[in-house]
Amino acid sequence: MPWIPRGLRNGIVTSPYPRRSDRYDAAFKGTIDIRDVEQSQTVSTAAEHCPTQAITFVDGAPQLDRGKCILCGRCAEIAPDVFVISSSFETSAIRRRDLRIPDLEESDDNLRLVRDGLTRRVRSLRRSIHIRHVDAGSDGSDEWEIAALTNPVYDVQRLGIYFTASPRHADILLVTGVVTSGMMQPLLHTFDVMPDPKVVIVAGVEAISGGLIGEGYASRGGVAGTLPVDVFVPGSPASPFSLLHGILTALNRLPLREMSTGLRTGVVQKGVRDE
Amino acid sequence: MKFRSEDRSTSLGVWVANVKTQVANGARLAALMAGASGDAVRMLAVLSRRGNLSVEETTCPSNLHQFPSLTPEIPSVIWYEREIHDLFGVRFSGHRTNDALVLPLADGAQPPRPGSGTKLSWATLGETPPRTRLEGEGAFTISYGPVRSGVFESIEYLVETTGEEIPSLNLRVTYKHRGIEKSFEGLGVNDGVLLAERYEGVASVAHAIAFCGAVELIGGIEIPQPAGYVRVIHAELERISNHLDSSIRHVEASGQAVAFARLSFHKERIQRLRSRLCGSRFGRGVVVPGGVSGSPKLRATELLAEVDSLELDIAADLKLLMNTPSFLDRLRGTGFLSARTVLDHGALGPVARGSGVLEDARFVRPYAAYGSLGHGLIEVSGDGDALARQRVRIQEIEIAFALVRRAVEELNDLDGPVNDQWAAHVSRLSGEAIGWAEAPQGEILTWVQLRDGLLTRVKPRSASFHNLALFPLAFPKDILTDFAFIEASFGLSIAGVSG
Repeated sequence: MPWIPRGLRNGIVTSPYPRRSDRYDAAFKGTIDIRDVEQSQTVSTAAEHCPTQAITFVDGAPQLDRGKCILCGRCAEIAPDVFVISSSFETSAIRRRDLRIPDLEESDDNLRLVRDGLTRRVRSLRRSIHIRHVDAGSDGSDEWEIAALTNPVYDVQRLGIYFTASPRHADILLVTGVVTSGMMQPLLHTFDVMPDPKVVIVAGVEAISGGLIGEGYASRGGVAGTLPVDVFVPGSPASPFSLLHGILTALNRLPLREMSTGLRTGVVQKGVRDE
Repeated sequence: MKFRSEDRSTSLGVWVANVKTQVANGARLAALMAGASGDAVRMLAVLSRRGNLSVEETTCPSNLHQFPSLTPEIPSVIWYEREIHDLFGVRFSGHRTNDALVLPLADGAQPPRPGSGTKLSWATLGETPPRTRLEGEGAFTISYGPVRSGVFESIEYLVETTGEEIPSLNLRVTYKHRGIEKSFEGLGVNDGVLLAERYEGVASVAHAIAFCGAVELIGGIEIPQPAGYVRVIHAELERISNHLDSSIRHVEASGQAVAFARLSFHKERIQRLRSRLCGSRFGRGVVVPGGVSGSPKLRATELLAEVDSLELDIAADLKLLMNTPSFLDRLRGTGFLSARTVLDHGALGPVARGSGVLEDARFVRPYAAYGSLGHGLIEVSGDGDALARQRVRIQEIEIAFALVRRAVEELNDLDGPVNDQWAAHVSRLSGEAIGWAEAPQGEILTWVQLRDGLLTRVKPRSASFHNLALFPLAFPKDILTDFAFIEASFGLSIAGVSG
């Protein structure tokens, strides 16, 4: 039985997240924050160079759509005072519009409604959550990151979260990829045979907006037009910590510390337009 | 390699004869790629002779209904012909070559040819009845996929069986076709490389190198020396991750919980090391046309210490694994491929090496800094089973660690400031070329066509395109419970096949 001592060799390697915070190395490109909401020449240049047109201007103020951002970091090179790469992974949101930062819209009453609706739905799931993953046209890296959730570092089983072979056991549908013409029917079918209540999480910018591939003759440009989406997890691909954050956001199981950022995707400094 | 189409295009009859003769004389058909030239279809046969690439080209009118199929003489060409049938509407003479492979368009629907409008309407798909070969009492077909039991990429396996053995296996890869080749059209090279990284996400670095290699050939650009070392570091770490992933799938299938935990922990450490070097767990954004985006973000001493520790831990666990009888029993003799089959079908990478076919693009056509780093030779048994492929991967992990270490040391020893020496300037280029790289799965070839700095056609050909076609032939004596092992031993990526 030589494997038994081998299993003990490195002690406990499991992340304390979400009980305590954890993070990737400072060099990790987790997301991009906006520091300043003034328009300038360099900000316009950065927007022009964005490969997925994730940077737009609302009344002259730049807004970054994390649902489109593939984290190439080009904007942070061109306008480092405005666009800042952060190693934070707590970026998932329960509404598509919350991925656009900073939030430039006035009213936010609807957020609580969406949150309460989702909370009601997941209440009966308690502490045994079964996830069915469907690849609807990913590049393959998303599957690696999802599979990583079962390695000893993330070990989602400790949180009562399991992957299931059958959609009939599934509480959460986790979708990756752009939604191809070929995967439309299998995806819809998987969703249909899942029992209620069910939750849909989309992982990676390709599943949110189509990413670099966008819409085409064989790509729907994301899941939203096909299924009702409850949680959006950005990233290219979404990292295991981001996925975990997204799943716990859906289940309303993040400690309050995380909830604040989980619900309202972070802006380092909101700046002048907040007044 | 760089080429000019007008130099090479020959008439259809001459082209067919040329390709057949060269393959009969021992050349490997490395790829058959199609492109558009006005209304006509360009057909490029890429041939490899002892690692040297050459291109044979012909042009045919798009309404030609009977393009002479090469499949009877060259078995490895069948998937190419089926793909070109789907994406270009070319009909090939012969039996099964017109079955849809990646895009089962409805009759009369317009194929998504390059240049045919950037926004084609949503594809209307036709019916694709499953092909079955087996008839007789008790024979039935198990359809496995596209949504499979576990976290996998989408593919459908049609297993024909009478109970235990698998006399016939069919597969359908249409589900994942994203039409990504069309998405390249009109992009500049700096955006193009980002898309190339997403053609086959688990081999992002290799695809970026192949794409940039083609661009650099078009411009006659030599990448700065330090950039070559950085490319090697990232490409070899990618190889280690992929090979570990293959082992992880093996031990998962054989139910070895501790080995699974250990190896997946090591893989996570490699992914994190990669993100510490560049910010991305998949090495994305490192390789750019002309070189790399910058220096590794980790000091050489730290990087070497981490590499040493990882190598020791991984080697120890793999050594124990290769001494675990319950693991070896599942792999020995499983999924046998003869060297003849491998050669006929042009298999690549560890799948070919397990059967004794060694060609490795890193060493026959050195790129990045491979030419100056030297390489270790792997010892192959040529047994052709899953165990032989596993042994190849373990040796490749050892060599990869040695290459990473040497590349880090060379990079560290370079004299003087290197701040501005990471990428050569790339101007607005026109022309076309085929770039290459040895991905963890095997050789990648990427055809890039540029006009005034914008991409007009990009066709990456991943190794899985050849290896997956071979997969149904790996079940001569195997039964249903061997399936997961044979699949793991192939180390496939479906995205790179469906396109």
